[in-house]
Amino acid sequence: MSRYRNVSILVAILFVQVLGLAVQVKRRTGADESTRIIRLWTVSAVTPLEKALVWCQNGLGGLWNNYIYLRGVRQENRDLKFEIERLRLEQVRLSDDAQQARRLQALLGFKEQYIAKTVAAQVIGSSGSEQSRSIYIDKGTAAGVEKDMAVITADGLVGRVLRAYGSSAQVLLINDQSSGVGVILDKSRLQGVIKGTAAGEVILEKVMTDEQVSPGDLIVTSGGDQIFPKGITVGTVMKVSPGADLFLNIRVKPSASLGRLEEVLVITKKEDRAPSVAETNSVRAVDILTQRLPSVPDKPGADANRPATETPAKPATAQKPVPAAKKASQAGAKPAATSAPSQPATSETETSEDKPH
Amino acid sequence: MPITYTSQDQVEVYRFSAPVAIAIPLAALFLQAFLPLRIHFFSLFDLPLLVVIFFAVARRSPVAGLLTGSLIGLLQDSLTHQPIGIYGIAKTVVGFGASSLGAKLDVDNVGARFLVTLFFYAVHEVVYFTVARGLVKLTLQWNWGHEIGGALLNAATAAVVFTLLDRFKQRA
Repeated sequence: MSRYRNVSILVAILFVQVLGLAVQVKRRTGADESTRIIRLWTVSAVTPLEKALVWCQNGLGGLWNNYIYLRGVRQENRDLKFEIERLRLEQVRLSDDAQQARRLQALLGFKEQYIAKTVAAQVIGSSGSEQSRSIYIDKGTAAGVEKDMAVITADGLVGRVLRAYGSSAQVLLINDQSSGVGVILDKSRLQGVIKGTAAGEVILEKVMTDEQVSPGDLIVTSGGDQIFPKGITVGTVMKVSPGADLFLNIRVKPSASLGRLEEVLVITKKEDRAPSVAETNSVRAVDILTQRLPSVPDKPGADANRPATETPAKPATAQKPVPAAKKASQAGAKPAATSAPSQPATSETETSEDKPH
Repeated sequence: MPITYTSQDQVEVYRFSAPVAIAIPLAALFLQAFLPLRIHFFSLFDLPLLVVIFFAVARRSPVAGLLTGSLIGLLQDSLTHQPIGIYGIAKTVVGFGASSLGAKLDVDNVGARFLVTLFFYAVHEVVYFTVARGLVKLTLQWNWGHEIGGALLNAATAAVVFTLLDRFKQRA
């Protein structure tokens, strides 16, 4: 025993000194980021095992789902096809609304951050501590992941990248007490800050007591913190109560299941873009507004002989969009919308009554 | 010379092989980081703490106990985003205390293990909260129900886990 005692002490002292150095020395892990060596060593030791275990789990799961558990696949296929058709119809409706919104934004000069590129990543581990709400994902700087990138799922916001290593990254969840996200209520457009608590809950701060907030209100990112793009779903208001100071106590239910994360998306590229008017098919603002306002119906037969070129340029107000085919049938042979698409629909009727002197 | 054993005069001292001394703490850290993802309830457990107590009590050497506790605690800190050293300090204290206690008392039966783990879990939580709130200024909330439940759960788990780890003990 005494033969190895000196060697043991030497090894122990050397180990302590190496440990001390590992705690003090930082190593560059990104463009502007450096990390302590002890963190790098620990993460490098633990994450490969986590990745291997997740890989095995997915493999076994895939084997089970793809080759063994085939019961009900045919019916599920039919149900999914039906769901796809329904979603396609809804997508068409939503794209019309989105196009209108973009046109109006172009006119008003709004600039937004758009999600340009994302990287999918698997969740491979957690911090193991209730005082640190963070997870580890299997993508790092090699895949383009960097510090302060937003992390989301299809359900909503998850958090931001806290540290990026070579092939893994640590993500701080929104329910951690050191996390903060600039948000806006979708309905009332009130701005606030989402923070986590020591118990792992999510609260909305900085909303004055005289503001109207109801349970069920949707909360989305405001884009003001320059980390999270605007419009990402964060959660819904769960409970509202008056606070001790001038602000409300608002508890939020996160949209993403923060306790059951398996796959996430890291937003690796955002674009600041203002939709240009050239993209909007050269439609005038007044025409967009007139298309959405109620119109005065045409007098039957009163304008059958009036040529289109005599139509005055005065913009109509309170006009409802009248489909071209319907208007053509009402006015007889007059080509109403196709020859002058920017003209208000009922300008002929206004001429006889409202023409300015 | 045969080793005689009495609970007052002499307790057995054990040692562990190098691979076991390295693999078991790493396995505990890995499970602590991985299992809460799949079993959310698992975040109540503190497997690295149980390993610290087991090694400290088995070795019955205060120096070895505090070194084991500090190392495992520092590694556990490295997986969080908090400053490194909070778990390190807490587990250093536990390692020292458990090994000092183990040098004087027989803690090899299930009941004693349950009580020792219950006591040192409470010590660990008090030290952690004191350091986290006093030095690091974290906003932590002490929840009696959560802490008592965690202490009982970890103590019950220790009674099982220590029995499994007994097979790796070697008489010194």
